[in-house]
Amino acid sequence: MSEKPKEIMFAQACNMAMAKAMEDDPKVILMGEDIADEQGGGVFKVTLGLSEKFGTDRVRSTPISEQAIVGAAVGSAMVGYKPVAEIMLMNFITVAMDQIVNHAAKLRFMSGGQTTVPLTIRTTTGAGTGLGGQHSDMLEAWLAHVPGLKVVAASNPADAYGLLYSSIMDPNPVIFIENTPGYFVKGPAPAADHTVPLGKASVPREGTDVTLIGYGSSISRCHAAADKLAEDGISCEIVDLRTIAPFDEETVLKSVAKTKAAVVVHEAVRNFGVGAEISSRIHEELFSELKAPVGRVGSGYAPVPFSPAIEKAWMFSQDDIEREVHKILG
Amino acid sequence: MANSDMADKDVLIDIFTRADLIMQSDIKFRQMIGAGQLQIVYYPVRGQEVVSSAMMAAVNKEDYLVTIYRGLHDQLAKGIPSKDLWAEFAGKMAGTCKGKGGPMHITHPETGVMVTTGIVGSGIPIANGLGLASQLDKDGKVTVCCFGDGATNIGAFHEGLNMAQIWKLPVIFLCQNNLYSEHTPMAFATSSDSIKQRGEGLGMRSVQVNGNDASAMYAAAKEAVEYARAGHGPTLIEAMTFRFHGHLLGDTSHYIPKEEMEQAKKDDPMPILRQQLLDLQISEADIAAIEAKNAAIIEEASQFALDTPYPPGEEYRIDVLDVEIAA
Repeated sequence: MSEKPKEIMFAQACNMAMAKAMEDDPKVILMGEDIADEQGGGVFKVTLGLSEKFGTDRVRSTPISEQAIVGAAVGSAMVGYKPVAEIMLMNFITVAMDQIVNHAAKLRFMSGGQTTVPLTIRTTTGAGTGLGGQHSDMLEAWLAHVPGLKVVAASNPADAYGLLYSSIMDPNPVIFIENTPGYFVKGPAPAADHTVPLGKASVPREGTDVTLIGYGSSISRCHAAADKLAEDGISCEIVDLRTIAPFDEETVLKSVAKTKAAVVVHEAVRNFGVGAEISSRIHEELFSELKAPVGRVGSGYAPVPFSPAIEKAWMFSQDDIEREVHKILG
Repeated sequence: MANSDMADKDVLIDIFTRADLIMQSDIKFRQMIGAGQLQIVYYPVRGQEVVSSAMMAAVNKEDYLVTIYRGLHDQLAKGIPSKDLWAEFAGKMAGTCKGKGGPMHITHPETGVMVTTGIVGSGIPIANGLGLASQLDKDGKVTVCCFGDGATNIGAFHEGLNMAQIWKLPVIFLCQNNLYSEHTPMAFATSSDSIKQRGEGLGMRSVQVNGNDASAMYAAAKEAVEYARAGHGPTLIEAMTFRFHGHLLGDTSHYIPKEEMEQAKKDDPMPILRQQLLDLQISEADIAAIEAKNAAIIEEASQFALDTPYPPGEEYRIDVLDVEIAA
């Protein structure tokens, strides 16, 4: 009897990717609030065991100082290090936006290529945890709008492992977005040498009638919606962007050229979201071939509400995806 | 305020040589901008020459520098070749950053100039990263991080100094206190009587020095560098100085009381340093030779900045990421 394939949680996959990167390259260092074992190995235990294995010189707990954390990552990255800064929750990135937008993203360009900033900022977020308006926002569109930054979000443990490793080794600054409720989701364990290149989307489900385009936390809902829509005779293809910026236009356009319909799905607020850019690119390239205008699914135009009753109404859902597909396919 | 004995003759000549290059460069920039030969926003450095010249005389070429938009004096003192710097100020391809940085964003790793930032206070956290790398690599380098008194009112200063102190990073925080943040006097905007007090509040070794006194400034710089290289950690140096031509060129300094400006001009560090050299029996002819050499460097660099070509427009697609961006 064959053994059941080993499964790991998303958080474990991130931990393993960092451990692998640190083993492979002595210049990989980690910084963040409470990340060393003495402080608990990270608020969600994502870095647990790493300081014991690699020492606190390389796995450094920091004060609650987001600007100082990202600044230290920028400076050390410029002179040969590959720092991984953990910003505990994505909303706290707002405190460090100057370092990210004005420095990490621009120093390569403004120096005429003399200095590079190969840092990774890991951060987690996501609604559904009852943390309310300042601990749950998806701010990827802010970051994707900044030239010089790469923005990455994985939808499953194996991708998280491969994408985080690639992010750490990438010569550009990368924002790696994790999903708080998704930390405990299990999936097949990757092989130790498994990598996923940045800038390449995947097509985890093939179909013929409509393409659902998402990333990170929206992919599991896209799968659930696709299962349901299949019962109604609608065949969905799913494109998992994996890298939000710069996104894999080739894979997206190839899929939509085939299905001739698309819905972009994300947890972030729909207005001015990543979906607007992707939808716009599809219209620019494939307008005359589309069965209908590209649909968009996102969360409501409001801060993330605390009460589960309001949060549920606000947040994008599987139903929203199904409704949008029916709407555009008529 | 810390005072000290006169520095060695050779050290003072070195400081004067750097400071005179800065002073003459500043004068030339203001002339050329005034004459319409250069169309740039310029933050004059006249008056602050000695602070950076003495500081940079105390470090090596390999040591790092992080500075700010008013940074010409720091960059020249650290050793960026004038031609490269002038060409960058003019936005030319031959500039330090291919014309993509400009005066507010000068980088020249060859002389250790790693970041020039246009965002007040932002260089401080980055200097920590450079210091952290040196600490981990045990390469013996120090990082000099320059900023003004105004930067001590922004959060990055407090976060950055706190982190540098708990990690004992080899960074020298050089606050060039010219008493004005843009048009606002220090007493109006700063709750403490000195910047030194703020460093002390963060548990950091902190000194205040007359930055316009070459010997005192050099002694404070040297001590801080030795302290950092020995692994003891950072120092905050509050170097008292003044700027004679306002926040940016065109600023009439109307907000500076007349008496204060008159006194500051009487205390102009450049003639004082020059006189000190004469007092040390350095001949007028030797000093004049230094000045003439600097003048020739500036003449060549400024002409080069005008003559050398602009970068091609398509250059904007290069250096955004490691790969060229599609048109």
